Amino acid sequence: MDVAAMAARFTELLGADGVITDPVRLRTYDCDGLTYHRATPGIVVLPDDAEQVAAIVRECVAAGVPYVARGSGTGLSGGALPRTDGVLIVTSRMRRILEIDIDNERAVVEPGVINLDVSRAVRPHGYYYAPDPSSQQICSIGGNVAENSGGAHCLKYGFTAHHVLACEIVTPEGEIVTLHDWPGYDLLGTFIGAEGTLGITTKITVRLTRLPETVQTLLAAFESMEAGGAAVSAIIGAGVVPAAIEMMDALSIEAAEAAVQCGYPPGAGAVLIVELDGPAAEVEEQFAEVERLCREAGSFEIRIAADDTARALIWTGRKSAFAAVGRISPAYIVQDGVIPRTALAQVLARIDELSRGSGVRVANVFHAGDGNLHPLVLFDDGEPGAGERAEEVSGQILDLCIEHGGSITGEHGVGVDKSRYMPRMFTDTDLDTMQMVRCAFDPAGLCNPGKIFPTPRLCGEVPGVRKGVHPLVASGQAEQF
Amino acid sequence: MTTSSKALGEVCADVRPGDADDAVQGVAPEHVAAPATVEEASELMRVAAEHGLAVVARGAGTRMDWGAPPRRCDLLVDTRGLDRVIEHAAGDLVVKVEAGLPLHRLSETLEASGQRLALDLPLEGSTVGGTLATAAAGPLRLRYGTPRDLLIGVTVIRADGAVARAGGKVVKNVAGYDLGKLVTGSYGTLGLIVEAAFRLHPLPRGRAFVTARTAGATAAGEVVRGVLHSAIVPSAIEVDAPADGPVTVGVLVEGSPSGVTARADAAAALLGPGAEVGEAVPSWWGRGLAGEILIELRVKPTDLPRVLDIAAGAEARGSAGSGAWQIALPADAGARRVAEVLEAARDLGHAVVLTAPPELREGLDMWGPVPALGLMRRVKDQFDPEHRLSPGRFAGGIC
Ligand SMILES: Cc1cc2nc3c(=O)[nH]c(=O)nc-3n(C[C@H](O)[C@H](O)[C@H](O)COP(=O)(O)OP(=O)(O)OC[C@H]3O[C@@H](n4cnc5c(N)ncnc54)[C@H](O)[C@@H]3O)c2cc1C
Repeated sequence: MDVAAMAARFTELLGADGVITDPVRLRTYDCDGLTYHRATPGIVVLPDDAEQVAAIVRECVAAGVPYVARGSGTGLSGGALPRTDGVLIVTSRMRRILEIDIDNERAVVEPGVINLDVSRAVRPHGYYYAPDPSSQQICSIGGNVAENSGGAHCLKYGFTAHHVLACEIVTPEGEIVTLHDWPGYDLLGTFIGAEGTLGITTKITVRLTRLPETVQTLLAAFESMEAGGAAVSAIIGAGVVPAAIEMMDALSIEAAEAAVQCGYPPGAGAVLIVELDGPAAEVEEQFAEVERLCREAGSFEIRIAADDTARALIWTGRKSAFAAVGRISPAYIVQDGVIPRTALAQVLARIDELSRGSGVRVANVFHAGDGNLHPLVLFDDGEPGAGERAEEVSGQILDLCIEHGGSITGEHGVGVDKSRYMPRMFTDTDLDTMQMVRCAFDPAGLCNPGKIFPTPRLCGEVPGVRKGVHPLVASGQAEQF
Repeated sequence: MTTSSKALGEVCADVRPGDADDAVQGVAPEHVAAPATVEEASELMRVAAEHGLAVVARGAGTRMDWGAPPRRCDLLVDTRGLDRVIEHAAGDLVVKVEAGLPLHRLSETLEASGQRLALDLPLEGSTVGGTLATAAAGPLRLRYGTPRDLLIGVTVIRADGAVARAGGKVVKNVAGYDLGKLVTGSYGTLGLIVEAAFRLHPLPRGRAFVTARTAGATAAGEVVRGVLHSAIVPSAIEVDAPADGPVTVGVLVEGSPSGVTARADAAAALLGPGAEVGEAVPSWWGRGLAGEILIELRVKPTDLPRVLDIAAGAEARGSAGSGAWQIALPADAGARRVAEVLEAARDLGHAVVLTAPPELREGLDMWGPVPALGLMRRVKDQFDPEHRLSPGRFAGGIC
């Protein structure tokens, strides 16, 4: 990439303050939330609107330069990892809430808008935006769309894909189009969760959800994970759909305790947080049932949040768990895998075996209702070889997930982190078929290349004879045999 | 025997010549094949590719009159032999089935475990595959969404016969592209859907339908608005407006029996003095309209009165809380009237003609403006470069 020439063009388009080439400032963008993958971007641009994004993309395409979109940079799979030979398009100046239409339960926002700000803006009207990733105070709606983010409450309310009605995007060729689920192909659903590889969203119409009449939260302590898991099964088996069920094991409780003094019951081998929301009478009724089921499964202490403050306290431990693990270990890997919920006990036992066999400690935190595990694999980065051993255990946990018919990621995405595991979950044909979509959207392979797929597909000029060198080959991203 | 029929017969036990009854909107297939396994279906598609056959899929055949007629149909693949429940993991609230399974049979299986696939059955006999291919949804869409929202995994046979899977059998999963959403609503133009996995919900223990006749379009709009923005948490809000009858609003409340009673009363209060509360499904509830000219609309919920205005003199029914409507016009409505309805509806949102008599189709813009059509064509070109899958059936004449 000819940085000087590109920067000059971008400065014409965006003004000098919209273009970053200073190496020190560039370095602040060298990673997302997955900090052990780093690459300093060639140029960073800060567009103001869709037209500017489109103009930037067209420049990149004309010059054959790869580009990556970035929202708040909280992604945990390296989705927003820049290219040293490319352009990073940051949406932090596109933070306007363009329209709030309470009557029709929707809002139109720019991609840089912070998740929680949508809820803040509509809460006075009795509404909120349901997808609530734990990072919601900083992550962007554009990033949420790219990752199809969920949160603790997606068990009942679903993921980003269920709450987005339309996306305006800049296609990988620099055209501005709007995607819907109908009429025609559901390109909206295809785009959401594609990790920024099918274009850059510039305007999102989100669905707003009415605030529930009541929220009830309890914390139940158990002697063992098995007992906690049995309680989860009993609750789901009873036909209750809680807003959230979260579980933590002894090690993660210990870490949370050290970090935020959440005061969870001493001696607990597992705690369960169960939250119900909805119409008051039914929540009341089901809550009593949940409490009974927890006791029957052997809970030795149950705390019920009397008000929002008490509820926040219960959640503090869970919400701080990832960061808190930093207190008991110099370094750790946050894993994200999914299993059928009924395989929980089996898989936990196997993780325990793995941990004992390797001497690598694993703390378990998870969205128990939908079987989304977040094992935290602890290691000492000062100790030679420890990182590799942790990495190996972390990978073996993913193998366990696949073995039980689950997934290698429930919410953090594949990014650069897990592309090598994709062939364990999908066949070559599956991956090749997915990449047909990629080729339709991005024939030149310049839009967030190198993410999700272990080997890029050569798109060709459909069908028939290919002329000249394929762009992926020319740009060194693929080899052709 | 032609070479293609011989080749098809070698890979599938149930192959026969097509007859007039098999015609898809007047286009009779040369062959009809009913694969019994996914492997057979894959082999059929491979042979079809080798012989350049145009392929149309058919489930129970309840919606073959939707969409445009295929430009060609050499092979009709009848999916009804693919009717197994592959796995019902009740404890995980997940089911995986073959695409030819009729939804009502799936419901029976699930009911035994106190569960359901939260989709309505607008047309008797519909198969899982047909429902996915047409993205057909009914009243429950308000709370549970449409087929795309409940689908968690899919197996598709590509135009070249390759078997491709996406998603899986866990509810939470963001690994790879969501091809399930891509093929849902694609009318068989991207591949043959042969397996599907869904997220399930517990069957509610209680339910009540609250219905009331309203004074007209404006009043109906007010009532729907009131229910939508209340704490009732309805599972559905429907409106039925017969050609010359009163406008009825219906609300479905589901949950625990005592809770349902309270919420149904609250809904009744909003619906006004004439409101009736009952457990029985109202006769019109969730039924697809039967007009010869059927138009599907997606508008904003607040557009309700305008939709009823546009439909004046014709039948309209819809999921008012979601803004998804159907308008049915009689065969003799005339091209002008249909065009007027379409134009007015397209001012509000999207409107597509689902079906119309052949003589009218010519002059009608069946799909209207389809945003991102260029991208759609490119997706089609990738999946079916020879344009052999349901050619011409889809948006903008995607061929
Ligand atoms: C402490 C912590 C807790 C978290 N908890 C959760 C959780 O509970 N649930 C969950 O799902 N995730 C969680 N995450 C992960 C992360 O916050 C989400 O993936 C989030 O959606 C990323 O948003 P972002 O704005 O930071 O995106 P970025 O990290 O900037 O980018 C993420 C991806 O989106 C792409 N992208 C960004 N903007 C656009 C755009 N406008 N158009 C197209 N593509 C774009 C990028 O290219 C990249 O591939 C957590 C992360 C942290 C650090």
